[in-house]
Amino acid sequence: MVSEAQIWAWLDEVPDPEIPVLSLVDLGVIRGVEIGEEVVIKVTPTYSGCPATSVINLDITEKLRANGVKNLRLEPQIYPPWSTDWIKREAHEKLRAYGIAPPVSGTALCPRCASANTEMLSKFGSTPCKSHHRCKDCLEPFDAFKCL
Amino acid sequence: MYEFLLRMGDNTLVLGHRVSEWCGHSPVLEEDIALANISLDLIGQTRLWLGLAGEVEGQGRDADALAYRRDAWDFRNLLIVERPNRDYGHTLMRQFLFDLWHHERLADICLSEDDRVLGIAAKCVKEASYHLERSTDLIVRLGGGTAESHSRMQTAVEALWPYVGEMFTDDALDIEMDKAGIAPLPSNQRPRFDEALNITLSRASLTRPAGDFAQKGGRSGVHTEDLGHMLATMQFLPRAYPDARW
Ligand SMILES: [Zn+2]
Repeated sequence: MVSEAQIWAWLDEVPDPEIPVLSLVDLGVIRGVEIGEEVVIKVTPTYSGCPATSVINLDITEKLRANGVKNLRLEPQIYPPWSTDWIKREAHEKLRAYGIAPPVSGTALCPRCASANTEMLSKFGSTPCKSHHRCKDCLEPFDAFKCL
Repeated sequence: MYEFLLRMGDNTLVLGHRVSEWCGHSPVLEEDIALANISLDLIGQTRLWLGLAGEVEGQGRDADALAYRRDAWDFRNLLIVERPNRDYGHTLMRQFLFDLWHHERLADICLSEDDRVLGIAAKCVKEASYHLERSTDLIVRLGGGTAESHSRMQTAVEALWPYVGEMFTDDALDIEMDKAGIAPLPSNQRPRFDEALNITLSRASLTRPAGDFAQKGGRSGVHTEDLGHMLATMQFLPRAYPDARW
């Protein structure tokens, strides 16, 4: 019998399809793991139209199947709605190192030179979860996680 | 309840499709990406509303079946969302008027006594608020921009004005939903909408059109011919090749 902690550990090894430095657990989309006659994973979507949602479900299924979990069911849970507050604090550093400014209300800090002298170019960036910015000190463009 | 859910889901479906028509044609790359993302959000919200509608209906229809296999007269969206895109200013003004209504509407529906309805509204209201921030900002910039952009925005608000009233008209279904604790009356929102609208139009140096004539019918299935043309494009593939898969 597999333990709940083991399932969480496996899920923490599944990368987010669009931002692979974050695991699904870092991203805060795993709402719960229940072990009974079947293993139930409660999953919440980030943005309602995010194309990664179905890939995330597939990745969870593949990971757990590969580890011998048989009776598996994914249960969508939309309430309470996901927001960037669900992203683990420790994951903010991973985002910054990857070149994406972590979600903050107010001015995004440049992930390269940490300057606050930045401006938003567009409220939408390369994926639904990001906005697009420019650093006025090091002059590099960068994406920031939208604060939702 | 089923009809109420169609009204919510058909608004986001039809506008989501309209906005997606800009994909690859927007004036600048950032706008193209922004519109594609807004469209994605709206289609995602549609999946939630129409998914629940199918469940409530209990005839085995899912969100795809409802989106692709109904005819125009079965659609329950507001007329404003089926208006064609025209120029970019017109598209943005339509988005702004919709976002302003949608955000308030969802905030009201967050008070629903039905947990499933509340769950969807609470999810969507965050996205609607982000969309509203963006469209408000663009209306102010374009209204206060060049003489050309100003005149296009003024023309747009006048062309779309007759489609605003329908958003706040209560009918028998609205009264039933209100009594059942599912969703408050749309007319409740009008004062809040007007207040926010007046502030933004004045920041954008635009004039609020006079008159309150309202084109109605979309919410009971009476549409403009533009919806039929849109559905012909949107539904072609799943109708010509039923059950086609990626
Ligand atoms: Zn910098």
